[in-house]
Amino acid sequence: MQKKQRSVRDLKIGEKGTICCLQDQEMSLKLLEMGCIPGVEVKLNSKAPLGDPVTIIVNDYTLSLRLDEAATIMLK
Amino acid sequence: MAEVIGPVASAAVKTPVKNAITKIALIGNPNSGKSSLFNQLTGLNQKVGNFPGVTVDKKTGFSQLAPQQKVQIIDLPGTYSLYPKSLDEKVIIDLLYNKKSALYPDILIITVDASNLKRNLLLYSQLADLGIPAVLGLNMTDVAETHGIKINVAQLQQDLGVPVVPLNARNGVGITALKILVSQQLEKPTKTFYEIPEELMVLVRQIRYYFELKNDYLALQYAHQFKKLSFLSDADKSYIEDLRNTHGFNSHALQAAETIARYTIISELLLDSVKVTRAESNEKFSNKLDQVLTHKVWGYLIFFGVLFLMFQAIFAWATYPMDLIDTGIATINAFIQSKFDGPLVNLLTEGVIAGLGGVLIFIPQIALLFAFIAILEETGYMARVTFMMDKIMRKFGLNGKSIVPLISGVACAVPAVMAARNIDNWKDRMITIFVTPLMSCSARIPVYTILIALVVPEKYYLGFLNLQGVVLMGLYLLGFLAAIFSALAMKLILKAKERSYFIMEFPVYKMPRWKNVGLTIIEKVKTFVFEAGKVIVAISVILWVMASYGPGDVLETVEREVKKEALAKNLSADETNNLISAHKLEASYAGVFGHAIDPAIRPLGFDWKIGIALLTSFAAREVFVGTISTIYSVGDEENISTLKEKLLAEKDEAGNPFFTPARAFSLLIFYVFAMQCMSTLAVVYRETKSWQWPMMQLIYMSGLAYVSSYIVYQLFK
Repeated sequence: MQKKQRSVRDLKIGEKGTICCLQDQEMSLKLLEMGCIPGVEVKLNSKAPLGDPVTIIVNDYTLSLRLDEAATIMLK
Repeated sequence: MAEVIGPVASAAVKTPVKNAITKIALIGNPNSGKSSLFNQLTGLNQKVGNFPGVTVDKKTGFSQLAPQQKVQIIDLPGTYSLYPKSLDEKVIIDLLYNKKSALYPDILIITVDASNLKRNLLLYSQLADLGIPAVLGLNMTDVAETHGIKINVAQLQQDLGVPVVPLNARNGVGITALKILVSQQLEKPTKTFYEIPEELMVLVRQIRYYFELKNDYLALQYAHQFKKLSFLSDADKSYIEDLRNTHGFNSHALQAAETIARYTIISELLLDSVKVTRAESNEKFSNKLDQVLTHKVWGYLIFFGVLFLMFQAIFAWATYPMDLIDTGIATINAFIQSKFDGPLVNLLTEGVIAGLGGVLIFIPQIALLFAFIAILEETGYMARVTFMMDKIMRKFGLNGKSIVPLISGVACAVPAVMAARNIDNWKDRMITIFVTPLMSCSARIPVYTILIALVVPEKYYLGFLNLQGVVLMGLYLLGFLAAIFSALAMKLILKAKERSYFIMEFPVYKMPRWKNVGLTIIEKVKTFVFEAGKVIVAISVILWVMASYGPGDVLETVEREVKKEALAKNLSADETNNLISAHKLEASYAGVFGHAIDPAIRPLGFDWKIGIALLTSFAAREVFVGTISTIYSVGDEENISTLKEKLLAEKDEAGNPFFTPARAFSLLIFYVFAMQCMSTLAVVYRETKSWQWPMMQLIYMSGLAYVSSYIVYQLFK
């Protein structure tokens, strides 16, 4: 695992990225079911007033998740 | 598990299989309009029961498909896949994978959100592979259209190999077509999706033949989830476990691969039937609204406005119907007592009917709170509340959604505990239920008022700060802090039964469906009255018996003696009656109880009189004032100033005033912490489906109350 690799956590609001892989094996099952499939485009949509959780857009719908969950979605 | 096997066996004996009622299960993603469809199909003809072992409600109902054909509908919890991530979702596989289950469906109605087909079809594709006859309810076609999504239903039906019915469950469009379709003989879907990898086939076949399963995919599911299937015996489980070990079965990796494979198939399949003309316009409106509603400042202001409104409703508005219920019960009791006489009449009126009144009195608060919660859920605002509060609440082991029960708890813990049902995660929900009764509810106010009036002078600081008001606020704050820190402690102690995720769909804003709001209210009131109500009536009858009867004929003896004494002292009729009530209460079983716990509560500064009040408070905390009035022979009038004078005049053994600030504060602190509410205990029992939680709550809160009161009294006496 390279250290420089970015995750959804590092995106700025409105910025897009493409999912490369999911890190946490158990959580990945949940994320996959919700449509976070490698190769799919993801956009950071908004952040909660306190900075955590965030909402992202994948497959044309909005998903909310915590920052440490977002950090497991690695980007290409 | 006998209850699973029982009904099937008896049904088979009673009715020939041909006439057995068709069972239909509704299944779909959360927010796919499943509940609306359930409501449309069953109307008021629904029943809420229990799935064994979990806190999720089992909703069943009947629907008339055709004049001659009545079917049973089962509403399953919303889920994204057949691999359950929460305890609640587990009931789905327990039901679908067990042919002997009493509710094993003959037909599945799978609801999918047309505006989000790809993800919704993931669950469909798994169900199709199970080979259960099914219909696809293509819901929210109107929403999809406004989002520029055009679905070719005929093409979709052909590609999926299952009947597809376009629906709009909100206004009932398509329901008739769906009913006609379901009433005909349905086949299992003609297309399957996931091809089980060749190297797994040996394992799959072995499981399939061992359990005599009809289907390879079901056998694969057994291999993945055998631990979660409650109907499998230990021997069955270890058989699968051994097989998995010999074949090097990696469940996580296989599940991930399966999900990705399914998404690939679905994406390709949808290329033919779904055309998106206007992408990205979707969430524009919701996004704009969110810029205000989840704004750093406005977001919280609006949210607290909503909370305040909710609080007002259950605190202030609910009092009108509550007073009506109160007077209604009193009138009925007075009427019965004026017509009949005897101990049984008293048991009926002061025991049973008064107990029923104690149940009915909660209905306005429950109805109002759930009207608000249903609207918040329906509109999609609740997801924003969770979103805004999650970071703060998580620090204390709570969930963003816990804020609603906690705030409602300031009015009444009973509807508040019921509101915790909306929290999906088991651990978060249990913590919320556990700490909510520590919030100072409105029933504590009469107790606070009388005790504060007793020992806190009515002084003003800075011209407006009323000292009594400051103390009252301090008590509320104390309750809140106790709740928060207890939550924190439980976060560390309680073991999570499932992993906590926040990952959830962020719904777009919608208008609430009023029919769903109405049905939610009816359902909540019904479950409270029929399930928690039983316990409340039973306990109130016991309490009444304890306060009205004594060992042997002591009560009669006491009455005779007091009358003699009154005659000698030349007391008025009222004074005599008050004195009789006081002495009778002392001689009753409640009095015996008060005397018995006297040594235990003496270190807190309490005596047996307060001991009686602690016991009767169990019916509802405000009963404290009435009991104290009776025991100090003030009469039932609950005249606060007379009572205050009486209490101030009370002397201890040494002849000094009994109600010193130390005693009063000790009692105040006791009422802040102690679990003295049978209705709350009954509702916690109903919501957690076990006596373990209410008992732990009783022990924890009473212990906390005892220790705190002890410290306060010993420090200040």
